[in-house]
Amino acid sequence: MLKIENLHARVEGKEILKGLSLTVNPGEVHAIMGPNGAGKSTLGNVLCGRPGYEVTAGSVMLDDVNLLELEPEARAAAGVFLALQYPVEIPGVNNTYFLRTALNAQRKARGEKELDSMAFLKLVREKLKVMQISDELLHRAVNEGFSGGEKKRNETFQMALLEPRLAILDETDSGLDIDALKQVSAGVNALRSPERSFLVITHYQRLLDYIEPDFVHVLADGKIVESGDKTLALKLEEHGYAWVSERAPQAAGARA
Amino acid sequence: MNQLALSPFVESQLAALPDSGIAWLDAARREQLAAFAEAGLPGTRMEAWKYTGLRALGQRRFATGDAQAAAREVDVSAFALPGVDGPRLVFVNGAFRADLSALDSLPQGVELRPLSQALREDAEPLRFLLSRHEPEQGDAFVRLNAALADDGVLLKVAAGAKPAAPVHLLFLGAPAEGDVAWHLRHLIELGEGAELSLVEHHAASGEQRHLGTACADIVLRDGAVLHHAIFQDAAEGASLIRRSKLQLGARAAATLHVLELGGALVRHDLQAELVGDGAHFTTRGVFKVHGRQHVDTQLAIRHRALHTASDSIWRGVADQRGRGVFRGAILVAPGADGSDANLGNKNLLLSDQAEIDTKPELEIYADEVKAAHGATVGQLDERSLFYLRSRGIPLPEARALLTAAFCRAVLDDLPNTALREHLAGLLTV
Repeated sequence: MLKIENLHARVEGKEILKGLSLTVNPGEVHAIMGPNGAGKSTLGNVLCGRPGYEVTAGSVMLDDVNLLELEPEARAAAGVFLALQYPVEIPGVNNTYFLRTALNAQRKARGEKELDSMAFLKLVREKLKVMQISDELLHRAVNEGFSGGEKKRNETFQMALLEPRLAILDETDSGLDIDALKQVSAGVNALRSPERSFLVITHYQRLLDYIEPDFVHVLADGKIVESGDKTLALKLEEHGYAWVSERAPQAAGARA
Repeated sequence: MNQLALSPFVESQLAALPDSGIAWLDAARREQLAAFAEAGLPGTRMEAWKYTGLRALGQRRFATGDAQAAAREVDVSAFALPGVDGPRLVFVNGAFRADLSALDSLPQGVELRPLSQALREDAEPLRFLLSRHEPEQGDAFVRLNAALADDGVLLKVAAGAKPAAPVHLLFLGAPAEGDVAWHLRHLIELGEGAELSLVEHHAASGEQRHLGTACADIVLRDGAVLHHAIFQDAAEGASLIRRSKLQLGARAAATLHVLELGGALVRHDLQAELVGDGAHFTTRGVFKVHGRQHVDTQLAIRHRALHTASDSIWRGVADQRGRGVFRGAILVAPGADGSDANLGNKNLLLSDQAEIDTKPELEIYADEVKAAHGATVGQLDERSLFYLRSRGIPLPEARALLTAAFCRAVLDDLPNTALREHLAGLLTV
């Protein structure tokens, strides 16, 4: 479904991704781990087309769509969703209005019928039930004055509503206490399905106790240096990222 | 006076001095017109006109008044506003239109009629207001208006009267055979403890390039309360130059919500004199310019009594080659101790060619005064834009959404819910 090949990307003239390749099949959950500065967040932002992230080489295909050619909004309509590490507060824009505008914009882009307010509210109620969150957040301005946990829950709720095919979770666990982490993870798990794939970007193994990945990849210095199943995350937890960087030169050397 | 120095604009306005048959009025008008002709239009070297050049206007000629104004076909229902269903006074190209107005069954205590009618019936009570010299020496448009305005709104609310329905003042520009200049003079007075909701609405019934000037004197006696919404949606090519002057007595409270959306060259001098102890003046305003629009707001608030308060929040948005000008001047006069003045102006620049000039001014000559003011000019937040786009909202819509949100705070406390929602909707496009 998602096929990243030899991806190189720069931010402010500095090369961050240096030949990253990754294939994600439908329904799979892939965890991307790695030390600070390895390029984890850059990967998420590049996949979503954030301005300022310049791709210098490589390709990213979502099925037969070349994502790199699309504007961020077109990538969203194609089914890519990025749950931000720091969701933005937008005073003056009502959360419900925002969600309906987003959903209808995506539907319009895909040539589907837009939802009227009745149909939209019905959908919202369904999703609230699945996500087990209250509708209180919907009446406020987007993320304004939300606690860290509320912001992440709001991201998860958006994901539930927009039903992406590829969901990218960027450090979703950062700033969450254990209860909020459990709640957000439960929401994500409720969204797992054979058609939907996840890229879970995280620094700590902790999140993966709640969102169990099918594969774990270690990102270091702009490429994936180690891949394995979920036990790889446990090894990292035990040995630290230093263990990876000791192995990384070998990997690089082997290829050279 | 040097006749050669007259600009085409000034010359075109000297043609027709209205003849009222009232000696004192005609004398005052002649005097004002002579003074206008002598000084001509102000240049950008004058501080008050520093950011608004009038050179192009000075080269244009306008007919004084539209002789066919009474016959212009206008669909007035197209300008109805939600939540505004009270008495209505309509002017087309500066001429009063009884046929379009709704003045039957005025609420108890409300006197509302065109100034021309009041002058015909009994001019004497208006003598003081219409014959005295304007203290603002040198304001060309105030002089021109004093000389040439032969109509306007006369609105009085009796002491203690509180009509429920808002009064709708509708000023329409309609296409004519040539460019027309019209001038209106408004006199509005709220008696002691009176309360009024007023909607001043400038709109276009077809594209034209007319010039309108309007001078309003608004007096609030002790304890009077005014809710005044100004919605300016003039024609793309129209010029509109207004001066509104409010005087607030003791414990009087005026709240203005101003939306400047239309017009090519727009200027509004909004002046408030807080002369009674405990007077309270609130303004909320948005100006939104695009194309080559130029919109200039000059807000001047003068605290002249004890414990007076003013609170002003303004937002400006400039796109394409539009230019917005805002001056917010607060004066706390000697003796106005315990006054509280607050003024904020935030602006958004949406294009490289757009321009905003904002200038807060604060002069304080009293003690125990609280005063805060600030002005900023910025751009749409890139992080917010990306956030909206990453959820599927296309860039133009995302920009419109954030721009509307930026302006929205200004409308939040407009008490007329239906009108508020209507105006908020206009900010999204």
